[in-house]
Amino acid sequence: MNPWAVYALSGVAMFSVGLVGLFSHQHVVKRILASNIAGSGVLIVLVALARRAPSGVPDPVPHALVLTGIVVSVSSTALGVALARRMARLRADAARASEPPPGSGGEGP
Amino acid sequence: MMGGTALMAWSVALPLIGAVLSLLVGRAGVRLVAGVASVATLIASSLVAWEVSTQGVLRQQLGGWGAPLGIEWRADGLAALMLLTIAVVGPLISVHALDHLGDREDREFLPLWLFIWCALNALVLSADAFNLYVTLELTTLGAVSLIVVRRDLPGLDAGLRYLLFALPGSLCYLLGIAFLYGAYATLDVGMLAQRVQSGPVTWVAAGLVTVGLCLKTPLFPLHVWLPPTYTGAPTPVTALLSALISKGSFYVLLRLWLEVFAPVLDAEVGQLLGLLGAVAVLWGSVLALSQTQLKRVVAYSSVAQIGYMFLVFPMATSGARAGVIYLVVSHAAAKASMFVAVGNIHQAVGITELGGVQGLAYRMPFTFLAMALGGISLIGIPPSGGFIAKWLLLNESIGTQQWWWALVLLGGSLLAAAYVFRILRGSFLPLPPGVTVRSIPLGNELAPLALALIALLLGLVPWFPLDLLAVGASR
Repeated sequence: MNPWAVYALSGVAMFSVGLVGLFSHQHVVKRILASNIAGSGVLIVLVALARRAPSGVPDPVPHALVLTGIVVSVSSTALGVALARRMARLRADAARASEPPPGSGGEGP
Repeated sequence: MMGGTALMAWSVALPLIGAVLSLLVGRAGVRLVAGVASVATLIASSLVAWEVSTQGVLRQQLGGWGAPLGIEWRADGLAALMLLTIAVVGPLISVHALDHLGDREDREFLPLWLFIWCALNALVLSADAFNLYVTLELTTLGAVSLIVVRRDLPGLDAGLRYLLFALPGSLCYLLGIAFLYGAYATLDVGMLAQRVQSGPVTWVAAGLVTVGLCLKTPLFPLHVWLPPTYTGAPTPVTALLSALISKGSFYVLLRLWLEVFAPVLDAEVGQLLGLLGAVAVLWGSVLALSQTQLKRVVAYSSVAQIGYMFLVFPMATSGARAGVIYLVVSHAAAKASMFVAVGNIHQAVGITELGGVQGLAYRMPFTFLAMALGGISLIGIPPSGGFIAKWLLLNESIGTQQWWWALVLLGGSLLAAAYVFRILRGSFLPLPPGVTVRSIPLGNELAPLALALIALLLGLVPWFPLDLLAVGASR
C-alpha cells in the first residue's frame, strides 16, 4: 500500500473515532475534544492528498487548506471552551444560590 | 461608473467595515454606524441585483488570481436574490432586536450581526468549495456568539448545542471536499461541475457533503438540535437563525447538487432526499401542532418548511428550482415576521405558553396582523410568496408525474393552517383578567408587519424575483 494511502486511511479512521465520540458523550469538554480529533483526521486526509502529484513535487493547495483549517478549528475550539467555562461558572453560582448559607440550616425564613 | 464586480466586493466589505467600526466607536455610535453600514450594504446588494438582471452573471477573481489556484466569486440570479433577501430581512430583524434585547446586548448584537451578514454575503457569492467551507464556519461562529449574547444559562446551553452540531456538520462537508479535490484536483465549483463523473469517490463525497449540510440546515432526522436551540436563543437571534443563517447551508447544498453533483443525482438519490423532506414536512407540522409553548410551535414549523425545500431534488427541473428558491425567500420574510411577533408577545405579557396570546389581538393589532400575514405565507394561501412557491412545486410534481409530492404539499398546508389558526384563534378570545399588557415600542410593532408585507408582496409581484433567479440557471 502507498504510504499516502495509509495516512489518508488513518485520517478517515480518526475522523470516524472523533465523530463517534462527539455523539456518544454528554460532557461538553469531551465533545469539544472529540470534534478536535475528528477535525485533525480531516486535516491528515488533506495532507496525505498533497502527495498526489506524479512529478513527486507535493501539491501546495491542500497545505494552504490545512493551514486555514487549523485556524478555523482553533477559533471554534476556543469559542466552545469559553462557553463551557462560563456555563460551569453559572451552574456553580446557581447551585450556591439555591443551597442555604452555612450555619443557618434548619431555621425558618 | 463602478463595475458590477467591484459592487460584489463592496457588498461583502461594507458590513465588515461596519462591524469593525461599530466595535471601535463605543456605545453611543453603535446604532449610527450599524445603520449607515446596513443602508450602504443594501444599496450595494441592490446594485449587484440590478447589474445581474441587466447584464447577466457577474464574475470576479479575487486579488486577480484566477480559478484553479485563486478563488472566484460569481453572482448569478440566485446569488443576487439571496443578497437582496439578506439585505432586507436582516436589518428589519435587527431593528426589532434593538428594543427587545437589553442595552448591553444591543451593543454586541449589531457588530455580530454585521459580521454574520459579511460572512453570508461571501457565502452566497463564493464559487469555490473550500471558500464555502470557510464562510460556513464564519457564519456558525457568529451565530453561536449571537445565541449566547445574553450570557444566561438557556442561551449558553442553546449556543453550545448549536456549536456541537454545526462542528461535525462542517467537518463532514470538509472531508467531502477533500475527497473531491483528491479526485478532480480543483475546488472551483464551475470546474468541478465539468469534471465530476459518477463513481465511488463522487458518491462518498456527495454523501459526506450532504450529511454535513443537512446537519447544519437541518433536515429531518438531523433536526434534533433545532427546537431546543431555537427556543433557548433570544427571539431576534432565533429569527436570524431561521430566516437567514439556516438558508446559508441550504444554499450551498442546492448549488452543489444542481451544479456539481448533477451527474450523481439519479432518481433514487432524489427520491430519498425528497422522502426525508416529506417526512420533515409532516413530522414537523404535527409536532408544531402539539406544542404548548408559542416559540416551539414556530420552531417546529421551521423543521417542516425546510422539508419542503428538499422536494427540489426528486423533481430537479427549472420550475422546481424556481419554486424552492421562492420558498427560501418567502420563508425568510414570513418566518422572521412570525418569530419577531413572538418576541413582541413575550415582551408584552411575559408568558411563553401558547395560552399567553389570549386577547392580545385587540392590544397589539400590528403584531397579530403580521402573525396572520406571515402565517398565510407559511400555509400557502394566495396572495403570498408561499403560495407562488407551492404552486410552482405543485405544477412540477404533476408535470414530472410524481403526484405523491403534491399530497405532501397539500397535507403540509393543511397542518400549517391548523397550527397558525391555533395561535390566531386564542388571540381573539377576551383578555383574561389580571393580565397586564406592557406597551412595546412602535418600531417593534412595525418590524414584523414590514416583514410580513414583504412575504405578501412576493405573492403579488412575483415577476421580478422569478426573472432574476432564472439568470444563469444551469438547468
